[in-house]
Amino acid sequence: MNARTSALLLFALALPAHADNIAMEDQTQILTDAVNPASRQYFQPPKLSELPDNAFGKLVQEGRAIFVDTKTYAPEYVGNGLACGNCHLEQGRQANSAPLWAAYAMYPAYRKKNDKVNSYAERLQGCFQFSMNGKAPDATGPVIAALTAYSYWLATGAPIGQELPGRAYPEVAKPKGGFDLAQGEKIYAAQCAVCHGKSGEGQTSGEEYVFPALWGADSFNWGAGMHRINTAAGFIKANMPFGKGGTLSDEDAWHVAAFMNSHERPQDPRLVEGSVEKTRDKYHANDGVSLYGETVNGQILGKGF
Amino acid sequence: MNVARWTFAGLFLALSVSIQAADPNAIYAKGGTNPAAMACATCHGAEGEGLAAAGFPRLAGLSADYMKKQLMDFASGQRANPIMQPIAAALSPEEVDAVTTMLASKPGPKVERISRAAVAEEVGAVIALRGAWERNIPECVACHGPSGVGVGKAFPPLVGQSAQYLSSQLIAWQQGTRKNDPNDLMGHIARSLTHDEIKAVSEYFANLTETGAGR
Repeated sequence: MNARTSALLLFALALPAHADNIAMEDQTQILTDAVNPASRQYFQPPKLSELPDNAFGKLVQEGRAIFVDTKTYAPEYVGNGLACGNCHLEQGRQANSAPLWAAYAMYPAYRKKNDKVNSYAERLQGCFQFSMNGKAPDATGPVIAALTAYSYWLATGAPIGQELPGRAYPEVAKPKGGFDLAQGEKIYAAQCAVCHGKSGEGQTSGEEYVFPALWGADSFNWGAGMHRINTAAGFIKANMPFGKGGTLSDEDAWHVAAFMNSHERPQDPRLVEGSVEKTRDKYHANDGVSLYGETVNGQILGKGF
Repeated sequence: MNVARWTFAGLFLALSVSIQAADPNAIYAKGGTNPAAMACATCHGAEGEGLAAAGFPRLAGLSADYMKKQLMDFASGQRANPIMQPIAAALSPEEVDAVTTMLASKPGPKVERISRAAVAEEVGAVIALRGAWERNIPECVACHGPSGVGVGKAFPPLVGQSAQYLSSQLIAWQQGTRKNDPNDLMGHIARSLTHDEIKAVSEYFANLTETGAGR
């Protein structure tokens, strides 16, 4: 090592301490600006540190583990690369990200999806069949018990049967000129591909998905609520890019949602007599905005894999 | 005639190989062709393990694409660093390719994979595994993978790096001396972290061992 290198090294050693001091001085102001006061208007679920250390607390923790790492803790019911926490951010706590605390107290409820009154357990089973492209766990089994306990605990103190602010995903007005797939493709490349991959394939660490696949065989199926462009636009507007929710315009949220949902994904498990057309007529025609059964780039969507 | 032609072809081949294939181990241990491209090993350790006390990062096992981008950004100043700027500027593209590919092929640290399902009590573990969403701070592991092992070319490993290095980068983002992340994804998070959180979360990842932490 020559004298010049040594001098450089010394300089470098001195840098971090110097930088530390400046950061401390700036801290208060940065933090004050960063806190979003709007977050306080929503229902506040209890903190994990308040969870009792007993059998109930243990079941809630099991539910939370299934929720954030579904493939590890409930593998037999998952048919794709997703986890519950992919569409319900902050472990099901985030307002406008279909938080569990707002969902739990709204069941039993009638659902057009299966044309009957659904219990909360049945609602959870639906998530596994559609969003997770898997199998419904037994309504009286341990997976539903744990997820129900987690939801119930998050809803501690929430009013029963009352729509809370921040429930589900926000409605985002459709662009006046309709959605534009080419525009959506550009937004996708600029804002989404860094995490979800150039072709919506997601990204893994080893076998495990870190960033979920947005289309293709490992994504949600054509029966999942997220396949509706209006639903996806609401989710994206409020929650994407990850950690930067609310930064896309309403129009851009629609364009990119439409682009995402203009690709093939696993078949709707409600498929009627093997016919995409019949399935579209029965389940998709009057259920929001969907490209299921429509022709995009010369291909009819909805064939599945 | 034939023999001469083959000899010539052989010479030509040998020459072109020596021009194209920069020797990554020589660059790493002794520096590049340009004397300003000083030896990587001086600061980053013989095996690319880094030098924790000085905050010089580990390079072994990082994505080659990620390291190439950092070298480009050092050269351009998007990632301001008085030591790395002249070194990055002095490396040829071939040298950058060779040395980053060699470093990427080295093993990363072995660590138990800790996901969001794990219990988190201390400040560092809470930021790493839960985030602080009221300030739009996601869980670190949501992008950097379980235990911060790194994901793809844009989300580098956090485990295996020293607390000094990790905190110096978060501070660099806060201060705007590092601004080479895609779409300010890391910058906006760093600017919302408190000094105590930066210290705690940097120590959390630095202290993950083979037996794991945060349990």
